[in-house]
Amino acid sequence: MYAYVVRRLIMVPLMMIGITIISFFIIHLAPGDPTELLTDLNPHASAEAAIKLRELYNLDKPIIVQYFMWLKNIAVLDFGDSFSQDARPVIDKIGERIPITLLLNVLSLGIVLFFAIPIGVMSATHQHSWFDKIASLFVFFGFAMPTFWLALLLMIFFGVWLDWLPISGIASFNHDQLTPWGKFVDYARHLAMPVLVAGLTSLAGLSRFTRQNMLEVIRHDYVVTARAKGLPETVVIYKHALKNAMLPIITIMALSIPGLIGGSVIFETIYSIPGMGQLFYHAVMARDYPVIMGILVIGAFITLFANLLADIAYALVDPRISYG
Amino acid sequence: MDNNKPRTFRRMFVEKFLRDRLAIIGAVIVFTLFIVAIFAPVIAPRDPDQINTKNLLAPPSLAHFCGTDDLGRDVFSRMVYGARISLTVGFVAIGIATIIGLLIGATAGYFGGWIDDVLMRLVDLMLTIPTFFLILAVIAFLEPNIYNIMTVIGLTGWMSVARLVRAEFLGLKERDFVMAAKAIGVSDMVIILRHILPNAMAPVLVSATLGVAGAILTESALSFLGIGVQPPTPSWGNILTLGKDNIEFAWWLSAFPGMAILITVMGYNLLGEGIRDALDPRLS
Repeated sequence: MYAYVVRRLIMVPLMMIGITIISFFIIHLAPGDPTELLTDLNPHASAEAAIKLRELYNLDKPIIVQYFMWLKNIAVLDFGDSFSQDARPVIDKIGERIPITLLLNVLSLGIVLFFAIPIGVMSATHQHSWFDKIASLFVFFGFAMPTFWLALLLMIFFGVWLDWLPISGIASFNHDQLTPWGKFVDYARHLAMPVLVAGLTSLAGLSRFTRQNMLEVIRHDYVVTARAKGLPETVVIYKHALKNAMLPIITIMALSIPGLIGGSVIFETIYSIPGMGQLFYHAVMARDYPVIMGILVIGAFITLFANLLADIAYALVDPRISYG
Repeated sequence: MDNNKPRTFRRMFVEKFLRDRLAIIGAVIVFTLFIVAIFAPVIAPRDPDQINTKNLLAPPSLAHFCGTDDLGRDVFSRMVYGARISLTVGFVAIGIATIIGLLIGATAGYFGGWIDDVLMRLVDLMLTIPTFFLILAVIAFLEPNIYNIMTVIGLTGWMSVARLVRAEFLGLKERDFVMAAKAIGVSDMVIILRHILPNAMAPVLVSATLGVAGAILTESALSFLGIGVQPPTPSWGNILTLGKDNIEFAWWLSAFPGMAILITVMGYNLLGEGIRDALDPRLS
């Protein structure tokens, strides 16, 4: 266990270097001198931006030197200054946006876990029942649904036709004048749709996964034994079976993190939520390269650490795995 | 059942597939989409680019099944042409992803050792970077057009295929027929391509079918955000952008293209799962 965690930790810096190499490669993706291409083909990039780019990434130096100079800056989280009007340091712009995106994703994950596991367990214990059939249908639609379309439909339905929920932002104009409870409700009303929609695909995936795992686990001898010695069914299912079915779920959750973080671009843009995803979207539209590179690298680092936590959690809870 | 014919694998596959009603529905949806895409000029009732300033944002009617957009263009005709985009992006992107995945997975699985280690760490690495971020970053440096979109979706989508192919190769390379081929001096290249690869193709086919659905979803999301297929070329995603811009007065711009994406993705998912079940000898 200890050795496994150490080995996993040693991989982290290597992976971080790998992430920077791939990201660096993207800057040089364009054939020839990237600054030239940008000015020629890209109406958004001015000659001034080309000079800025050349300076920022030292594009006049040999490529190896470029990389290490860039790496040296990243090591102290210096991604340069934004190309936009405010010209603020990229790391500050990203830093103030991260909490909102994390909050959104954590809420989504929480809701996914809260619903997916009971749905999966119920479907497995009542296989072929009407509940199982409805759940399967839901899972099927969840997988095929373009979530940004669902977001649009919900906006039309709850926002425009029924006028129940606000369709953009995270707070109302009069937010500051509200009571603490009023503020909470205001946030909740704004976040309800984005959080639910962002979690839908994961919810479908995890429900199906829990169901499959439970179906496998409840056939095992120890479950039969637990039943045979007269334990109540709820104890058998929720204590003996679910615990074991839960293990791989940790991995699945970890695997869904890059999708959730990547998806934040879509939801934050649709619902005008000022998080990292929306910042990224605006940066892409304005060709604000320092911000793009910064978010790419930081987004990958966040995923890397989330995966690390999941792996360690897995090793902690599963006594069968020693990872010698 | 006619018992005189030998129960070959292919025959068993076809029989099982034909008994699976959902798989048939999937196949019909996918086939219909092909027809629509190929015969788009015949099927579309109007010119998809025909602007009509006297009929802006008209709701669905007999003249315009899915209404008109903010330039008075017929939404149904634009959707018919949009099917071409979805189909092309789906197939080319997944073609690229599958070829890269096959190359990397086969190399890693067949040769093993440090080659396997390096390639699999590369897979882990690629999986760590949020794919959607990666795609957007690349598109920002290049230009958002259909060729770049297809390439980028392909270049960022090969990891699961690589893992799948590697696992197949790990199992197959120990089998007697491979040993025999090695013993008589067949080259690695021929063993990989002629002897192992055909046996590893079934799961790749399933993953490619499901992958087309994913690629279509990604393309439509990109086009919806305005970073994918650019207007005036019609794509389901960029019609939905108009839906969002006119959210308060034109629900049809949101409803129909999204429905088209949903049905398409469902079709590929059903087909893919049907093929998988029909290939699985444990299910009968």
